[in-house]
Amino acid sequence: MDNVLAFGAASAEAGRIDAVFLFITVIGGFFFLLTQGLLIYFAVRYRRRSPERDNETPGITGNHLLEFFWILIPTLVVVAIFYYGWRVYDDLREPRPGATEVYVTGRQWMWEVKYPDGRTALNEIRVPQGKPVKFILTATDVIHGFYLPDFRVKMDAIPGRLTSLWVQPDRTGEYTIYCTVYCGDGHSNMNARLIVMPPEQYVAWAAGKEERGEGEEQLSLHERGERIVGRTGCLNCHAVSGKEKIGPNFHGVYGSTVPLSDGTSVKADEEYLRESIVDPGAKVVKGYPNVMPTYKTTLKPDEVQAVIEFLKKPD
Amino acid sequence: MSAGEESGIAGNGRGYLSERGWRSWAFTLDHKRIGAMYLWSTIVFFLLGGVFALLLRLELLSPQAKYFSNHAYNVFFTLHGAMMIFLFVIPAIPSGLGNFLIPLHLGAKDVAFPRLNLASYWIFAAGFLVIIGSLVAPMDTGWTFYTPYSAKTGAAVATLSLGVFLIGMSSILTGLNFIVTIHKLRAPGMTWHRLPLFIWSMYATSIIQVVATPVVGVTFLLLAAERLLGVGFFDPSKGGDPVLFQHFFWFYSHPVVYVMILPAMGIVSEVIPVFSRKPIFGYNAIAYSSLAIAFIGFLVWGHHMFTSGMSPLANTIFSFLTFFVAVPTAVKVFNWIATLYRGSITFESPMLYALTFIFLFIIGGLTGPFLGALATNVQLHDTYFVVAHFHYTMMGGTVMGFFAGLHYWFPKMTGRMLNEKVARVAWALVFLGFNLTFFTMFIAGTRGMPRRYAEYIPKFHTENVISTVGSAILALGILVMMWNFVQGLRKGAQAPSDPWRSLTLEWRAASPPETENFHEIPQVADWPYGYGTRKA
Ligand code: HEC
Ligand code: HEM
Ligand SMILES: [Cu+2]
Ligand SMILES: [Cu+2]
Repeated sequence: MDNVLAFGAASAEAGRIDAVFLFITVIGGFFFLLTQGLLIYFAVRYRRRSPERDNETPGITGNHLLEFFWILIPTLVVVAIFYYGWRVYDDLREPRPGATEVYVTGRQWMWEVKYPDGRTALNEIRVPQGKPVKFILTATDVIHGFYLPDFRVKMDAIPGRLTSLWVQPDRTGEYTIYCTVYCGDGHSNMNARLIVMPPEQYVAWAAGKEERGEGEEQLSLHERGERIVGRTGCLNCHAVSGKEKIGPNFHGVYGSTVPLSDGTSVKADEEYLRESIVDPGAKVVKGYPNVMPTYKTTLKPDEVQAVIEFLKKPD
Repeated sequence: MSAGEESGIAGNGRGYLSERGWRSWAFTLDHKRIGAMYLWSTIVFFLLGGVFALLLRLELLSPQAKYFSNHAYNVFFTLHGAMMIFLFVIPAIPSGLGNFLIPLHLGAKDVAFPRLNLASYWIFAAGFLVIIGSLVAPMDTGWTFYTPYSAKTGAAVATLSLGVFLIGMSSILTGLNFIVTIHKLRAPGMTWHRLPLFIWSMYATSIIQVVATPVVGVTFLLLAAERLLGVGFFDPSKGGDPVLFQHFFWFYSHPVVYVMILPAMGIVSEVIPVFSRKPIFGYNAIAYSSLAIAFIGFLVWGHHMFTSGMSPLANTIFSFLTFFVAVPTAVKVFNWIATLYRGSITFESPMLYALTFIFLFIIGGLTGPFLGALATNVQLHDTYFVVAHFHYTMMGGTVMGFFAGLHYWFPKMTGRMLNEKVARVAWALVFLGFNLTFFTMFIAGTRGMPRRYAEYIPKFHTENVISTVGSAILALGILVMMWNFVQGLRKGAQAPSDPWRSLTLEWRAASPPETENFHEIPQVADWPYGYGTRKA
């Protein structure tokens, strides 16, 4: 769904917001044509034709009737726009009854997802098509913004507070979630995916029949690791090679000698990589901030193995 | 009139510019020299802020980070925003042109408190030096300094806040000085309804500066206390509230958008009648709408925070009030357009920029309601749509008004004329480049591109490439304009005292004016807009 145009709304509610957008566009367009039209018409029509004309222009200094109308009409128009914008906003404030709830926590620079039944995920939210879903937001460090452009909604995720927003997706597919409140170096990489599944598939997935990372076990360890690295947000902070992001590049880590912030250094073997993933604060690479989150609870031991296998040959 | 004509003829010396040497500037009490120092300083920061903008646009040529790290990009947009807002748009017209013109417009010898005026400049200079000092650990918070990020980042936030605090203090003092000057130093016969509209807009501006700026001063002190002393005003783990900072910040920064725009509106209100050879249409409406904007502007700050978890009721009230700023703004636009009606219009560079102001400001103004309406704000907030909106109002509005003013008063300030042909070439480049750069941002924003993104997904590539090309054209236009200014200063033709046949009092003084402005204090018998009908 990445190439939807401005009006590829992904829910009925988004369609209502687009209607407000269109309404303002039409009114704005009218005033645009009126004012720019007169501006340009007058500028051309009344350009100086002869020097004598300079002293013959009419001494018009105002017109109370005109002033009255061009105060009254814009006032009515803006009140109408306000009302329509408020109406739709107010109607869409409360989620439809029976909404599934998903807890989403923003942290530098990823989205942690918790489902009420205890499942967790990173940067990936799965929801059923056609059912209302309420996202309950908070943040652990700084303010983040949770933005779903295809649904025309956003809400800030604020430390120490819970805020929320909801959607009811009409169509299955994948939608991008952006962070909209500036939060530091990884801000523009803090994306996540909203995956809207057909209801039956969602039920199966939620019942655990279809494990998260479905079918990954069948892949080679290296391929599996690559998938996991892709879906758990490592690449928000690490590049494989080329320009560095927040953490060191993956290329060439394995087997190298890594200088640490306490002045010592360590050889990057399997155990070091494992520790870097499940307890990143234990050994912090020199010159980098200690901001990598722990993956102790989100990755199972065999998933960590797969990631290590991938890190050995990341390109 | 006759006294003025005489001083005009006598005015081929260097007037207030006669004295040379750095002391004659650093210790001057002459409002014209102080104004000129502000103009130089602010234009330097405009160019510097512009360089940062070009670096941003360069990076955005490619979706992936290519030339700079994400961190460097974040530093660039912070410095771009902070310099443009605090060191250029806020002070340039009020402190620069305002200082130069207010006493001349009023028929006075100087501002009410010349020493305070000099002190304001040096506080301003201290402010910008501190801000430059903060570059040792450059800020990466955005010009909005939102907590908790600004309380946590390793950058020199406290230093930059101190700089902004000093700049704010300078604005407060300048504002006070102007208010007293306008009340007390009007020439005999200069009643309130004979004041040039530039003065009315400066009056409204000064009120906002005096009332709103202390709030931002205190806010930045609180932020510094948070960082240096660990007090937790904005830290939830200590019982504080991170969103409180946003309230404080916007309580100042929303009214301040009117500090930025009102003076430019004042300039446009001066230029349009002169080059239409017609009286301004609706003098009272324009004058009082400035005050109305200043007043309503204090009640709408929450419209920057509709998605910050404020109560729905607060959102509703802020949205409702926001729309009422649009009315006095629209009234001004209608009045300017009506002034053109049946005029005898010429298109010298000041007029070109004034008309451009109206054209671009209409676009900026008409995109405000998208952001003021709740349903659409929730969609567009923090996207490139907002970036486009405020560039159309601030660059398309304020900066074009500033350019109009610079071209209009250049002969008065320097005693020399500009090359009109070069000025038009620059104008055409600026107009084209501006629209390419910023109109595309409306499209990117509507399609969902968030602001402050060093990297973006490839679907926004086309908009960004066009925008970057536009920014290069815009930059070229501004370079040509600057070159024209330098050439004008060096070898422009001698300016007569009243090259545009204007009626405001500054044109009765010599070009450039003597230190005392007028040989004798002028007598005022009429408003300054009696064009056309007046028998020459
Ligand atoms: C929030 C950003 C962030 C995320 C997300 C992140 N890392 Fe890191 N990572 C860092 C930073 C910063 C460092 C360097 C400082 C340190 O050692 O903690 C680092 C260090 C590492 C190292 C040691 C590198 C070296 O050169 O010695 C490895 C290995 C690593 N991360 C793997 C991963 C993997 C695998 C994931 C995903 C499962 C991941 N990281 C997710 C930021 C992140
Ligand atoms: C027609 C009247 C106007 C209306 C209704 C309006 C409305 C708004 C609204 C609601 C926002 C907040 C958008 C968001 O962040 O979600 C906004 C942002 C902004 N506006 Fe306006 N506006 C108007 C005119 C102006 C003018 C005249 C200026 C300045 C000269 C201006 C400068 C700005 C700036 C600087 C921002 C963005 C600040 C930031 O987030 O960095 N606006 N406007
Ligand atoms: Cu962010
Ligand atoms: Cu505002």
